[in-house]
Amino acid sequence: MNTWLLILGVGVGSVMLRASFLVLLRDRKLPESLTLSLGLVPAAVLAALIAPELLYARGTGVFDPFSPRLAAGLLAAAVAWKTRNLLLTLIVGLGLLVVMG
Amino acid sequence: MTDPSMPSPGGASSFWKGLRAFLPLVPGVMPFGMVAGIAAVQAGFTPLQSMAFSLIGYAGSAQLVASQMFGQTPVLLIVLATLIVNLRFAMYSASMLPLFDGVPLARRWLLAYGLTDQSYAVTMGRPTAEPDPVAYYTGATALMWLTWQVGTSVGALLGAKIPASWPLEFAVPLSFIALLIPVLRSRPQVLAAGISAVVAVAAHSLPFRLNLILGAVCGIAAGLLAQRWMGRQR
Repeated sequence: MNTWLLILGVGVGSVMLRASFLVLLRDRKLPESLTLSLGLVPAAVLAALIAPELLYARGTGVFDPFSPRLAAGLLAAAVAWKTRNLLLTLIVGLGLLVVMG
Repeated sequence: MTDPSMPSPGGASSFWKGLRAFLPLVPGVMPFGMVAGIAAVQAGFTPLQSMAFSLIGYAGSAQLVASQMFGQTPVLLIVLATLIVNLRFAMYSASMLPLFDGVPLARRWLLAYGLTDQSYAVTMGRPTAEPDPVAYYTGATALMWLTWQVGTSVGALLGAKIPASWPLEFAVPLSFIALLIPVLRSRPQVLAAGISAVVAVAAHSLPFRLNLILGAVCGIAAGLLAQRWMGRQR
């Protein structure tokens, strides 16, 4: 019962946030500061998703500036920058992580 | 296979272009989905509930956070936590709005439901000459949705039979790295990414993955200041 309530709650919340501007506020004129900031959203959010994953150990959550994940991530970023090839980026990054143990 | 109600000419080919652009992300999303499916089952969901969670919630990070908290936290608090984790969807939603001019309401709801980090980033990284971004987004979203549902179902049914030594979950941040590089086109964008990364790392101990929201907000603010400053230089 509790589980279904949770599923429904997360579902309604997620769809409302996703629909917020695309559906619910679609005819509102957006303030200029908002439209100016939109071009920055992908860069900022993706960076915030990535950086902690590279610098904190999985599971223990201990800060580790010399983690193999950081090395693998930096190499993957270089590959992505040079080739713009996602699959290659994944292979090189995962490969280095496996090699470094 | 193509949607006959697609309004614009070239919509069908744009759909396939978007789908093809998403293809390289499948190996990253699939294990992420499997991890989410496994996590829900380990938290006490039945495999059916785990699959329903993917279908109805359809939000990877939120599903993981909810699974972590399930059983120890009141449901209302868990839902609140996932709302915070999902706040970025509102930012994506606002950011995509200009592309959606003239798209009818029912399709807006459906396409909004399908909004994810990956389908959003693929759409934002589309070739600048793409004539029909909505069809492109629809193609990317369709494949993302399918991959996620298959991944979580396999994870929910397999349970924890995948060796923990496989670093497959690292495919997720790696795919975000590959998505980040193409959207770093201007100096304010690079600055926004840098500040956001530093703040998200520094605020890592905040609950509910609030560091993500705080990082993004600080990064965007820094980028806005840089834009204004560069505008004054001209």
